[in-house]
Amino acid sequence: MSDAVLKVFRGTSAGGELVEYRVPVAPGMVVLDALHHIQGHLAPDLAVRWNCKAGKCGSCSAEVNGRPRLTCKTRMDSLPLEEPVTVTPMKAFPVIRDLVTDVSWNYEVNRRIPPFSPRAGTDWKISQADVERVQEFRKCIECFLCQNVCHVLRDHDKKERFGGPRFFVRVAGLEMHPLDGVSRTKLLKEELGLGLCNITKCCTEVCPEDIHITDNAIIPLKERVVDDFYDPIAKILRKVFRA
Amino acid sequence: MSEKYETREHDVLVIGAGGAGLRAAIEALGQGASVGVVCKSLLGKAHTVMAEGGIAAAMANVDRGDDWRTHFRDTMKGGKYLNNWRMAQLHAQEAPDRVRELEQWGALFDRTADGDILQRAFGGHTFKRLCHVGDRTGLEMIRTLQDRGVQMGFHVYMECAVTRLLKDGDRVCGAFGYWREQGRFVVFKAKSVVLATGGIGKAWQVTSNSWEYTGDGMSLAYDAGAELLDMEFVQFHPTGMVWPPGVQGILVTEAVRGEGGVLTNRQGERFMTRYDPEKMELSTRDVVARAIYTEVREGRGTEHGGAYLDISHKPAEYVKKKLPSMYHQFLELADVDITKGPMEVGPTCHYMMGGVRVDAETASSSVPGLFAAGEVAAGLHGANRLGGNSLSDLLVFGRRAGLAAAEHANRAPAPGADGGQIEDAAREMLAYFERPAGESPYALHRDLTASMQELVGIFREEADLERGLARIRELQERADRVRVEGSRLFNPGWHLARDLRSMLMVSEAVAVSALARKESRGAHSRLDFPKTDPEWGKRNLVVAKRGDSMALDERPVSPVPPDLGALLESAT
Repeated sequence: MSDAVLKVFRGTSAGGELVEYRVPVAPGMVVLDALHHIQGHLAPDLAVRWNCKAGKCGSCSAEVNGRPRLTCKTRMDSLPLEEPVTVTPMKAFPVIRDLVTDVSWNYEVNRRIPPFSPRAGTDWKISQADVERVQEFRKCIECFLCQNVCHVLRDHDKKERFGGPRFFVRVAGLEMHPLDGVSRTKLLKEELGLGLCNITKCCTEVCPEDIHITDNAIIPLKERVVDDFYDPIAKILRKVFRA
Repeated sequence: MSEKYETREHDVLVIGAGGAGLRAAIEALGQGASVGVVCKSLLGKAHTVMAEGGIAAAMANVDRGDDWRTHFRDTMKGGKYLNNWRMAQLHAQEAPDRVRELEQWGALFDRTADGDILQRAFGGHTFKRLCHVGDRTGLEMIRTLQDRGVQMGFHVYMECAVTRLLKDGDRVCGAFGYWREQGRFVVFKAKSVVLATGGIGKAWQVTSNSWEYTGDGMSLAYDAGAELLDMEFVQFHPTGMVWPPGVQGILVTEAVRGEGGVLTNRQGERFMTRYDPEKMELSTRDVVARAIYTEVREGRGTEHGGAYLDISHKPAEYVKKKLPSMYHQFLELADVDITKGPMEVGPTCHYMMGGVRVDAETASSSVPGLFAAGEVAAGLHGANRLGGNSLSDLLVFGRRAGLAAAEHANRAPAPGADGGQIEDAAREMLAYFERPAGESPYALHRDLTASMQELVGIFREEADLERGLARIRELQERADRVRVEGSRLFNPGWHLARDLRSMLMVSEAVAVSALARKESRGAHSRLDFPKTDPEWGKRNLVVAKRGDSMALDERPVSPVPPDLGALLESAT
């Protein structure tokens, strides 16, 4: 069994440094296993968030060699181990300690989204094809890697004016729910800043659930906003056919 | 106490934000109560998110012959008749409404050709009964409940851990805890407290459970004077991953077998023919787990000490659609393409049938003001839980706990926490830093999990259990000498040091109860008492705190009324 060297950020919002740890590498080991080894043997107070360790909960997000990843799904044997592996916290959110960041802003954005509101008189019959279109969006595990990588948030820090890809996915899931009866286009345009997205697809690239965030959520939502606010005829037609 | 702490006040405090906690909170909110929800992780990350296969509810969308009576019968039969019959009845009767309610709140289940909720087969269920969303049903459920609760206006205290329940005389009046982020203390005043903290899998080495599953709720209830029931019944799920080492124990959903997956040993033999020729792979979890364990022990295991589970005879597109997360899990973590070849699987500690003894109708414990729902509570599943009955349990009894907690809060006087308890709780948490030298909590945890795995596992016998108990008690003494390094700021070592206390208490309860039950039944298999004994079928075991030690008692299993009893007889 060979060793790997990890350089892990240790510190708080006030500052910190990369600290080196030497970790034995076992077959199939993931970065989160290496972090647990550090906790268990070298630095018991290393702060890491994790839960399921199976790519289902989205807790263990961090940047591995500068790339936003779920550490539970990043295999050590996929990394060049002749050099140290750098593990740093998500850049778009304030650091609490070590690899743990303050993601509470996301929960505040979520609270502003009107919930699913079924149309009156529905018989709850839904076709599998209609379900599948929306299920793609509901696969989201809220790892916030898409938020972390989005340049509107990461480089320009426009959290006041922009909801971010995670919440466009969430709104898409509600808007395209076959039985939903309310419109969220005004919210998208005026509060969540959908127009600020210039579809560079960085979010889609990092999504561990392979959700086609840009193509299947953001672009259709942009079209709906255009229809509702800039194309009165389409708006009337849609109302007629929806009803 | 010299250190200041903040105080929050609610009518109802819910501890735990998985399916049961969120459903309880929603119900209590609906009754007009002010509700606070405390959770150790971020909202939406609780263990429910990992549930895969589905929610059992007799909707009869696929198999028209299904109804609550058959679901009741299957649950009792699976639990080897040690279940609280009234819980099993309420659960079977109410589960369909709870599923429909989820749909009305926005959950989107897979559909039948008629556009109804699709249901799949699962072990021990007579009919196709599990409502599902591919193999990520738990995610759908927790997201739906979380959004519903947020919209209704519950207060969520994320990354906050409760270390003690506060009492005013006999009744519970709040809780003491700390914020994981800053390490500061917080006191919650509440008229009712609902425990929804889940299970105890982190006390075993090979487990499908996350770091959160440390038996907190059972330990809090025990310290507050409540009784713990059926603690000998720990479910080992038959199919966890066995290779590579880092993923050992991660769950492989029963839906693989529900969709037609076949188990074989290294000789290519479909060995379930020898253990349950009738139900084969869809036998109950206790039977399948013992079968795989036995195959391995007798030298017919796979390269890495498991069994083969194969679904690759189904079309690749079908597998990817019905079991998408299994497909990705094996491809990414084990380099196995399950559409082309078999998985290697073996038993993993998965679920606790035992827990806080509760009243069937109200989910109230024996301590006034204290309620429990979901995995932390006991009774519904008896000696063995059927797959799919956990998610429905969370919804049915989460709702009942929330309702009863809100009603209790309406009648209860204002909570008055006694300051002495708070100071004591704070002192306990600070002591870890104050010792000049001591052991690492991680080392102790490694020793505990190794002992439980070796001595209190799937097959048990007296000498092992005695040794296990001795080790647990030795570890309890060592736990008093644990020292934590670093500061109080998001310090996982400190958190583990406290969680260890809960794990040790629950481990002791499991070993004590397992030692006492001199028979084999459901998930409890004694090599020295291999037969099921009808006399033991009349008794549940309970543990409770008496002074500073653990007392073990028996309680008679409450007899099934004649009309329901007739249903059970028709099964055999």
